[in-house]
Amino acid sequence: MHEFVSGRIFLKMKKKVSRVLMSALFFTLIFSMPAFCDTPMSGGTLRLSAPYGSALKSLDPHVTYRSQDMVVSKAFHRALYTWDSANNSPALDLAESVTTDSSGKVFTYKLKKNVYFHNGRKMTADDLIWSYARLMNPEKGFPGATMIGAIAGAEAFGKGDATSISGLKKMDDYTLQITFSDYNDPGSLLFEAVTAILPKEEVEKESFLLHPVGLGPFTFVEHVEGSRIVGEKFDKYYKPGKPYADRVEFVITGDNSVLDMAFRAKEIDATVLSSNAYLAYKADPELSKGLIEIAELFTRHMGFNTQEKPFDDKRVRQAINYAVDRDIIVKKLLKGKAFKATSWLPTTSTAYDSTRKPYPYDPEKAKALLAEAGYPDGFEFEAMVTDKTSSLGVFEAMMPYLAKVGIHAKAKVVESNVLIDAMYAGKASVWFRSNGTGPDPLKALRTFDSRIPRTGSNVFAFKDPAYDAILDEAAATSDPAKKIELLKKADGFIMDAAPVWFHNYNKAVVATQPWIHNVDGNVTEAAIIEVDAIWLDKNSPTR
Amino acid sequence: MVALIFKRLLQSALTVMIVVTLVFFLFSVIPGTFASSLMGDKRSLDPKVIERIKRELGIDKPLHQRFGIYVAGLARGDLGKSYSNRRPVADLLSSRIIASFKLACAAITFAIAVGLPLGFIAAIRAGSLIDTVTMVFAVSGLSVPGFWFGLIAMYVFSLKLGLLPTFGYGNGGIKNLILPALTLGIAPMALLARTTRAAVLDTLNSDFIRTARSKGMSETRVVFKHLGRNAFVIILTTIGLQFGSMLGGSVVVEKLFAWPGVGSMLIDSVSLRDIPSVQGCILVIVLFFLIINTLVDIAYLAIDPRIRYQ
Repeated sequence: MHEFVSGRIFLKMKKKVSRVLMSALFFTLIFSMPAFCDTPMSGGTLRLSAPYGSALKSLDPHVTYRSQDMVVSKAFHRALYTWDSANNSPALDLAESVTTDSSGKVFTYKLKKNVYFHNGRKMTADDLIWSYARLMNPEKGFPGATMIGAIAGAEAFGKGDATSISGLKKMDDYTLQITFSDYNDPGSLLFEAVTAILPKEEVEKESFLLHPVGLGPFTFVEHVEGSRIVGEKFDKYYKPGKPYADRVEFVITGDNSVLDMAFRAKEIDATVLSSNAYLAYKADPELSKGLIEIAELFTRHMGFNTQEKPFDDKRVRQAINYAVDRDIIVKKLLKGKAFKATSWLPTTSTAYDSTRKPYPYDPEKAKALLAEAGYPDGFEFEAMVTDKTSSLGVFEAMMPYLAKVGIHAKAKVVESNVLIDAMYAGKASVWFRSNGTGPDPLKALRTFDSRIPRTGSNVFAFKDPAYDAILDEAAATSDPAKKIELLKKADGFIMDAAPVWFHNYNKAVVATQPWIHNVDGNVTEAAIIEVDAIWLDKNSPTR
Repeated sequence: MVALIFKRLLQSALTVMIVVTLVFFLFSVIPGTFASSLMGDKRSLDPKVIERIKRELGIDKPLHQRFGIYVAGLARGDLGKSYSNRRPVADLLSSRIIASFKLACAAITFAIAVGLPLGFIAAIRAGSLIDTVTMVFAVSGLSVPGFWFGLIAMYVFSLKLGLLPTFGYGNGGIKNLILPALTLGIAPMALLARTTRAAVLDTLNSDFIRTARSKGMSETRVVFKHLGRNAFVIILTTIGLQFGSMLGGSVVVEKLFAWPGVGSMLIDSVSLRDIPSVQGCILVIVLFFLIINTLVDIAYLAIDPRIRYQ
């Protein structure tokens, strides 16, 4: 009996225990589901877009500085740094660590020892030295020379006055020392594909222009010019387990309607959106779930030739900033796909001053400033614009506001190249443009440096020694916090001097399908996605 | 025949030289240069870099010198190097020509296969409902913008029915070819239908057709032997002109469908002010037109023995 009772108790206990265990298992499974869903899976084909034109300019990343080409280069090439979207700053990519000396100009990099080119050769410090020297080749014109020129001795090498770049020193195969001629943030200079590290032996082959070889997560498979470019997972890629996708395909088209159609037809996994598509996607309960909104490091503005009357008077420029209601333009015309500009540096810049208020809409103040400047009855001017909504469209929206304060504006619609030539030759009085304003805020603010010629970037011919002095002080300081404060001050200076009508910071929008994960929001250019981190879940049509 | 071909070759060479010279000088004097296109992507470049690029590409040389170099290269069959990607223009064009030719052939095949029978039927049943419907269809085809038609075709066949890829070249297979070929071929098809109808109607009222019928010749023989052959001269002219201009006319369609042809290369090259590439594309387009027209001229001789070239 006793045994029988014990047996029943044992059975009851067993049942209880198993119930508890089952419940525990059930809850463990339930709670671990999201984690399971978030675990990256390998496989599938990533289908992305190169959305800014109907062709790639070149497969040699050193030759081109266009967003369109850099979108694709990210799959095949790597530079010393990469853009870390999570922290909104450049991050070391090909090196394990970097140390800086007390001067703040000498950087010593310990390179990763497991980095291979697609041809199977290991990358060493020699490859970095060769790639940077190639960019400064006196016989050639590579856009990356703009960045490499900051390295000590690079300009002398570029002129043919030296046989090597003195600021590049190989300590051993995996240690490289870079000396800059000034205080620089090497990350913001050396993170784009235009300074990618390439293998000399492949670049010297003629086939390199057709068959790029790099350090990227995907090896080149084929390029159908004007249509698509395909890559395959590189097994010796230096990031363990990455890339997740087996293959990457970029469709090449600059037509927004076609991209929209292809995205809806589930033929592409992620793409940037136009203003019109943005509105439609936002209104759609399903499509709106996959939108990533990014405040890009670009500042749209109406520039003034500050050496020409009446724009040589700060009060006139300020009056225009007060005269126009930008909120309405951003909301109604640009359909909310922009962030109102509060100064030159955009919201995602490290030196952005969040306490600064934008010019308010105040037509009375504008009239008063015009009267003070000697234009009580206003004046007439002509602006050079392209036929885009962000240029001609915005200018036409401004016209009634300007007319209210007595300024009569006319548009001269020209093609982009014509506008650029006119700006650089000082033949345009007023124009519409978008400027890259990051990631290095000092470089972005140098746009208004008196000593920079029009052909450099100071197309506004803005001159103010007090402003130059702030920039010089910022450039000369090695204290990061002080530097940021000085740059904020310089940005405030520009806000007050108003060499432009501050319009907006571009809001880039990336649409993603529900099966694609880890798409980053790159503020330097939304279409440039860190492809090695993206993974596709089981719902992807390509799995 | 040989004399005709020789004469046509001479005329073509002269045409090509005139076109090449005009394009070179026009592109050299219009505002905007390759250097300015480098600054066009919101990022600024060091002026020293721009100078180096100009020096490397030889665009810092005087215009007459650049023209001399270009013509000397052309005489050797060298179309020069593209400014933008620094590859020989001939290499760039070689793959593009195949894609464009494929598209043009598919489009003209569609135009002939649909336009010709429609025009014939409309003419033979002139005044009937079929005639009215056919001509409404033809006028619509002529007046619909290719860009719009392409988008509608994408919407229907790709997005809604999921039958065809939205755009792109794929592996160059037929699936990717159908929509761009339909879009490019719709206007020539409509024109061909109208021209065929007019030509057949005109021929139907000719004395020799009446004579043939009065002699008791069967209607099939009248249509194929007399009517078809006589109307075909006008029809062939239309086909030749349409086919010849297809390479140049495919610019919008190629761009819309990301079709890697000469037309889309031309658009990019123009926006980048890449003069050697622009020259190469225009050369191909002009040569294609001239070759097709010469072939049509030769075909006239075979179709209508009354035609003689002096």
